[in-house]
Amino acid sequence: MSLLSVSGLGIEFGGVRAVHDVSFSADPGEIVSVIGPNGAGKTTLFNMISGVYLPGSGSITLAGEDVTGMSPHRLAERGLSRTFQNLQIFQQMTVLENVIAGHHLHERGSVFADMLHLPSSRRRSKAAEVGAMALLERLGLARAALQEAGSLSYGTLKRLEIARALALKPKVLLLDEPAAGCNAVETEEIDRLIAEVAAEGVAVLLVEHDMKLVMRISSHIVVLDHGEKIAEGDPAAVSRDPRVVEAYLGAHAKEAAHADG
Amino acid sequence: MRLSTKSATLLVLALLIVATPFFFPSAYYYRVGALVFVNGIAVTGLVILTGYAGQISLGHAGFAGIGAYASALGPTHLSLPPSLSVLLGAALSALIAFLVGRPILRLKGYYLAVATLGFGILVSMVLANESGITGGPDGVQVAELGLRDLLASLGLKLKAPVFWYAFSGVVLLVGAWLALNLYDSPTGRALRALHGSEVAAKTVGVDVPRVTLQAFVISAVYASVAGSLLALQNRFVTPDIAGYMYSIELVTMAVFGGAGSVFGAIFGAGILTLLPQALTFLAEYEQLMLGLIMVLVMIFMREGLVPSALRLIRGRGA
Ligand SMILES: Nc1ncnc2c1ncn2[C@@H]1O[C@H](COP(=O)(O)OP(=O)(O)OP(=O)(O)O)[C@@H](O)[C@H]1O
Ligand SMILES: [Mg+2]
Repeated sequence: MSLLSVSGLGIEFGGVRAVHDVSFSADPGEIVSVIGPNGAGKTTLFNMISGVYLPGSGSITLAGEDVTGMSPHRLAERGLSRTFQNLQIFQQMTVLENVIAGHHLHERGSVFADMLHLPSSRRRSKAAEVGAMALLERLGLARAALQEAGSLSYGTLKRLEIARALALKPKVLLLDEPAAGCNAVETEEIDRLIAEVAAEGVAVLLVEHDMKLVMRISSHIVVLDHGEKIAEGDPAAVSRDPRVVEAYLGAHAKEAAHADG
Repeated sequence: MRLSTKSATLLVLALLIVATPFFFPSAYYYRVGALVFVNGIAVTGLVILTGYAGQISLGHAGFAGIGAYASALGPTHLSLPPSLSVLLGAALSALIAFLVGRPILRLKGYYLAVATLGFGILVSMVLANESGITGGPDGVQVAELGLRDLLASLGLKLKAPVFWYAFSGVVLLVGAWLALNLYDSPTGRALRALHGSEVAAKTVGVDVPRVTLQAFVISAVYASVAGSLLALQNRFVTPDIAGYMYSIELVTMAVFGGAGSVFGAIFGAGILTLLPQALTFLAEYEQLMLGLIMVLVMIFMREGLVPSALRLIRGRGA
């Protein structure tokens, strides 16, 4: 039995099938990439898996438990964490506070202790801060720790979201276009980080348009088009699949040629 | 860094409370000062709800009304000492906030504003209409708190306005301390996180309905205590205390000074309590002036007076 399995998942918005009958699974240590053209339903799929959207049909199982329709914070308690394609940063908080907030499940406690600044509350905060600082070091963000998050560049905020998502100590990590808008160096770092996280036994679900990155690090690829799964398999198999080439890779190749020319 | 903000806020507040009486032209100003502190207490509660958690309430005067009437009616109807009546009012406000908050806080933005507004109006109507218990629109007398006599028997004799100035000031300091502690705590971070991005807060594990309800209940207790203090020092209370005008004044004070900062919001309470006193010669235009100031602050200092000013100073310094 897989750590995460999705079966027959679907959702409609006003009669439009954004995602239809999608099934796949992910195991610890695997990097499963979900690819497809713009509007294929990748983010919508992530939104259902992370409890942000209620699936219209199908089911999601996490570590053997049916978690379909479960609220995001309960999924977080079960070790599911994510980042967002369109940044969802706590803008008014510092970089450090963003990642400490990511430790919420480890640091939360009695609100009375928090208001009275009791030692128990201080201990929880301190432990979370130490963990957050270590994550910032790991993502090369330590120097920005005390800056207000809203003041940082896009690429930095992308990494901040990853740091915050890792603070949960996830079993399953969903990354929605973590390298979008990042330069080559930043992309390389994110690439390395994803591989590292997976090597630690986390099941990583990745949505990414950078095909070189996807082909290099994925253990398994799921291809969506118009909300439906049109192919899946290892990178070599998927990149040869004629439907995939037609629906996505071909278009991308043209795009890339366009950008080069 | 944060610790110093907390200590600085408390220190400045304490200094202001102790030092300003030296500049009072007459004893009347103790009453005005006490009023500033009482409003400051209610507004500090709104900092937690609005500034930290990003939830609006236009009905918090309702909780001030519950606190005020608890301290008025506890002694007469339940033979409770006034001090216990204050606690009873706070507990009652917490309970009602808990029950009302559960369904209401699912609403967002305008809908939440209207729902809380409705709640406040409901409370003031009950207070006005249940004349048998509350004395109706004409109001009701409030017993003496008794603490002043206790202090006198211990050798510390204070005139009533001085006592209320000092007592409200101490309660304000305690309230500010609690709110500042919360800011930099796990719960405070969860509240501020959901203010920043509700969906991201949920995905890091914040139980949003639970923590917003906590913020709502806590802010209700602040308003309740403020209402009790107001009733006790005036020795009289009318249903107006629960009226929507007072709710809106409280929100305006918080937003004007800076809802995200405890000091800012208390500062806002100070200015907007004093302004009508200072502008009495413009009594006819008072509302106009208030409105104008509000519009200008919202256009030019969206974060509120104090945070905007600090940003300006720091920006120059750097
Ligand atoms: N909340 C919503 N309401 C209505 N339609 C939606 C909603 N969310 C997504 N959709 C629609 O579902 C479809 C899939 O969108 P989605 O964002 O999942 O695509 P995507 O594969 O992530 O695309 P991209 O590569 O551009 O990020 C789109 O047609 C989109 O307009
Ligand atoms: Mg997307």
